[in-house]
Amino acid sequence: MSQTIAIETRDLCKSFGDVKANDHISLSVPAGTVHGIVGENGAGKSTLLKMLFGFYHPDSGEVLVSGVSQSFTSPSDAMAVGIGMVHQHFMLVEPFTVLENIILGAEGSSKLDDAKGMARAKLLALEEQFGFNLPLDEPVETLSVGVRQRAEILKALYRGAETLILDEPTAVLTPQECVQLFELVSQLRDQGKTVLFVTHKLHEIMAITDNVTVIRAGKTVAERKTAETSSEELAELMVGAKVVRATARDANEATTARLALENVKATGDHGLMLKDINLQVLEGEVLGIAGVAGNGQTELLEIITGLRPVDVGKICFDGETISSPQEMTDPITLRRMGMAHVAEDRLKTGVVESMSARENAILGYQREQEFSRKGLLRLKAIAEKAAGYFESQDVRPRNPDLPIASFSGGNQQKLVIARELAQDPSLMVIGQPTRGVDIGAVTKIHDQITALRNAGKAILVVSADLDELLAISDRIAVMCEGEIVGTLNIEDATETKLGLMMAGNKGEAA
Amino acid sequence: MEFFTDLILLLDSTLRTATPLVLAGLAGLIAERSGIVDIGLEGKMLAAAFAAAAAAAVTGSPWAGLGAGIGASVALALLHGWVSIAQRGNQIVSGMAINIAVAGLAPTLANFWFRKGGQTPLLDDEARFSAITLPFADALADVPLLGGLYSELLSGHNLITYLTAAIVPLVAWMLYKTRFGLRLRAVGENPEAVDTAGISVTLLRYQAMIITGVLCGFAGTVLSTGLGGGFIRDMSAGKGYLALAAMIFGRWKPVPTLLACLLFGFVDALQGRLQGVDLPLIGEIPVQFTIMLPYVLTVVILAGFAGRMQAPKASGIPYEKDH
Amino acid sequence: MASQRKLPFWADAILLPGLNLLAAFLVSGLVIWGLGEDPFEALSLMIDGAFGFEEGVGYSLYYATNFVFTGLAVSVAYHAGLFNIGGEGQAMLGGLGLTLAVFLIGDASPVFAVLLAIVGAATFGAAWAFVPAYLQAKRGSHVVITTIMFNFIASALLAYLLVGPLQRPGGQMPESADFPDGASLMHLQDLFEVIGFSYESGPLNLSALIALLCAFAVWFMLWRSRFGYELRVVGQNHDAARFAGISVTRMTVIAMMISGALAGMMGLNELLGEQHRLLGNFTLGYGFVGIAVAFMGRNHPVGIVLAAMLFGALYQGGAELAFEMPNIQRDYIVLIQGLVILFAGAMEHLFRDPVEALFRRVGQRRAA
Repeated sequence: MSQTIAIETRDLCKSFGDVKANDHISLSVPAGTVHGIVGENGAGKSTLLKMLFGFYHPDSGEVLVSGVSQSFTSPSDAMAVGIGMVHQHFMLVEPFTVLENIILGAEGSSKLDDAKGMARAKLLALEEQFGFNLPLDEPVETLSVGVRQRAEILKALYRGAETLILDEPTAVLTPQECVQLFELVSQLRDQGKTVLFVTHKLHEIMAITDNVTVIRAGKTVAERKTAETSSEELAELMVGAKVVRATARDANEATTARLALENVKATGDHGLMLKDINLQVLEGEVLGIAGVAGNGQTELLEIITGLRPVDVGKICFDGETISSPQEMTDPITLRRMGMAHVAEDRLKTGVVESMSARENAILGYQREQEFSRKGLLRLKAIAEKAAGYFESQDVRPRNPDLPIASFSGGNQQKLVIARELAQDPSLMVIGQPTRGVDIGAVTKIHDQITALRNAGKAILVVSADLDELLAISDRIAVMCEGEIVGTLNIEDATETKLGLMMAGNKGEAA
Repeated sequence: MEFFTDLILLLDSTLRTATPLVLAGLAGLIAERSGIVDIGLEGKMLAAAFAAAAAAAVTGSPWAGLGAGIGASVALALLHGWVSIAQRGNQIVSGMAINIAVAGLAPTLANFWFRKGGQTPLLDDEARFSAITLPFADALADVPLLGGLYSELLSGHNLITYLTAAIVPLVAWMLYKTRFGLRLRAVGENPEAVDTAGISVTLLRYQAMIITGVLCGFAGTVLSTGLGGGFIRDMSAGKGYLALAAMIFGRWKPVPTLLACLLFGFVDALQGRLQGVDLPLIGEIPVQFTIMLPYVLTVVILAGFAGRMQAPKASGIPYEKDH
Repeated sequence: MASQRKLPFWADAILLPGLNLLAAFLVSGLVIWGLGEDPFEALSLMIDGAFGFEEGVGYSLYYATNFVFTGLAVSVAYHAGLFNIGGEGQAMLGGLGLTLAVFLIGDASPVFAVLLAIVGAATFGAAWAFVPAYLQAKRGSHVVITTIMFNFIASALLAYLLVGPLQRPGGQMPESADFPDGASLMHLQDLFEVIGFSYESGPLNLSALIALLCAFAVWFMLWRSRFGYELRVVGQNHDAARFAGISVTRMTVIAMMISGALAGMMGLNELLGEQHRLLGNFTLGYGFVGIAVAFMGRNHPVGIVLAAMLFGALYQGGAELAFEMPNIQRDYIVLIQGLVILFAGAMEHLFRDPVEALFRRVGQRRAA
């Protein structure tokens, strides 16, 4: 294998306001290899990729492709020198067919029919070469995530990409789809393509890459040959300190069910999403819900928290029916009954971005005596409460007057958790507890969940992060296509077993 | 036979009144397909109507009027584009601002130039797009059925109405059969995808706004120099909003939008014919109520059929790179 | 992404609106210059017309009263995330409700008739806003388009009534008979006389105080009541509202109805205060002025009162201007409105971004 350098960066820097997102990033990727870039959320990986792909212009430093210094002003410049990128959020136009998506921007003819005809022939050859088999004439919106990802890769190859950048490609895939992706990546390498594989999952780095660069807080902290390093070393490099396990779990003998779902069916925005769900959360336990995004987890959270009605079956909370096809208890009553809800999509649902942190501190509890009486807000009580949240959770900056949008994800989440804990709930329903939260806050949030559990509360956690569920759950239920495929005790749960179940394989169910 | 003649006359005026609606509806469609909500169709039409009438009155040429109308409308479309694209402003507010500003500016200028209380002078026939008699229309008028259809319904419209008949398939072809159309449809659904494909979102949207401006320019010009004989205050009378409603009813697609506009045109024509007519059972409907018909229809359509229809996903949302 | 630095209060509340206004006036001045007149002379004529004599001030405030009502109307809906362009139609219907109330019991008890007229104006305005509100909440019909349609419908409806059932007996104009004696709101100059000083305040009447009361009530509702908190949550984020147990449908309908009621009360000033009869086109586009006033006043009642006074002066000064300069008619004021909406409502970022950048730079230099 030749050792020409496909891509090299020298001292790339990029700042946003006061934040140095990239601080002298240097790396070099030999052609025909798979190169891993690993780092925590917020370490600066995305910024680096966007500069490599011409989306951002670096403040200083340079990007070299095949030894030639480049100054990209747009993605088309990057594509012109053979760089293709598969974004974490796919860049696909949903109502368009796969074919239309692939030719968009590289049509070759101003007449669409001609453009499609020419592309089709070329695509069939590419599909042959790399072993694709995509439904070119299907609208993308009807396809599964795995297939959409392949469409993205084919799109890049169609534009003559020699180097492919894959940004967190496995985040949305089942473990089995991941295996298929790895096979495809190997094939691409065997055919002489270079692949930049960006992830924060270490086992993927170990499985697929030849070399790896570790990024932390905007800086390159290490470059290793994969064969000469280990997950442990990379983890330390990534985080900068030894990884500490969460608080110890007490033994739990309780058998009382706080929350019970019996034969529940419910409709989502696009048809039946929950098919016959049976589920119990006991007091003093954390029940984790695993699954690939979009398999009914969101709807599950919604029916429990009074945001979506059930079609069949019933939901009981402390023995009382809170939802049935006849009636649904509203979120305010549920909160008064002792159910707290940390919304899955914080910015979309859990807070009002433009309102101040103080006003957000009562969202959902605005009708409690403590915060309003006879229809009037009790501004002083609200201000004191908010100040208390800032203190107890160490939210920074300590200014409740700022709009919530100006806090970091971690600080927003801390505030949300403080708000939901304040009324001493007996049941916590938590969606994605640490999404978009910086690493320091993650540990703290995990500790708090475990402490609640030890205090005898019942906790339901939906998370897309298997590692997180493995760290905090007592039991893990796996959802696939609107069903609970099975539930594993934490002692029996492994990533492989969960992965098979996430793909709908019931054989592993305990 | 009298019924048949009535029907032909009704359909004939349907085509006339639908012309500006179809043009404005397509204008709105192109804007929204590119991701820009344009509630300012009304203002652009009014500006074009004034500019066209003014230029035609001064030069005596309807073509100068058309040029001026299109020029004024495109300028406003670009202003709205600039506010929506570069300023990331609220598109509804911007559209409304343009509507109100034009409602003030047009009569001000009309008064300044022509001193007729905010109107333009009545245009001579040569300065208007007047009725065109199709070949043999007179000769064929006496042929039963088809003759009437040809000479009354198809013949005798102004040039812009005939042009509109060609513009609809042209817009459909552009949208679905050309590279530009593919990109235009893409940018209204997922501008980020377009951007990463190396196409300028900004340029595409400005191009779309220019087309919107041109189409509104035609729509306004036909109001004051085709259907009417000059500019009068507020002569667009809500047609821009009706066109928007028709476009929504037409699900952002050219041919259904055309049909929806024809429906509006028909109702408008019908209300004209109903004035002063003694209807069986109901009696004579006061003119104020027949005038309401198109507006009521708009509300009914928005309420009944079009409420939850899927707009292009990115329409109304400014595109920002840093996300 | 980057941390949002809040501007100091004065920059947000005074500097930015000032810059927006300046830009709008600059363009307006250019138009005057284009019309062959001297913009500075026009400005001084306007100021003189608006403030130069006692009655001028009275007229300015009289117009301002209309705009407080319609501006508050736009603003309440806007806080709930709705763009109510139907102030015009809601005002017309409010005028109708007021008129019906006055004719119903005006002969029996003028005082009670005035009270019922206030209720009637608010109720009819609210009712006229209800249908678009309900259709928006339940059917997703775009409230901007439906409220505009309701303006046209209201105007036709009023036209029908005023040449039909409500027309002054024997009259030719589209207007109703005069209100019964005493069924009116007192002119402030009469009130002043009672207190013992004299000021020629023209048509300015008690509605001005009612408008101020409404402004205070709106402020109190939005920022001191739980209902207002919930209204603002709905306006910012429907999902968060549902999460917090607030019914978006209900709030949408209620907010629009409050908005309609405020617009409807405009008739108190025009009809009950001055005209003493219902006129076909008494709203004269004031509903649309409310949009400009709301944006100019940054959707805050205090700002709205100030912006309304500005526009009141513009209308009064503009009327005087139209006497003096034949090239400039009242339509010209409508142009200024459009420009103000454009600069203050749609082009927020034009001045905000540079001002914020400036503050950031100054802040950094101080820190360094």
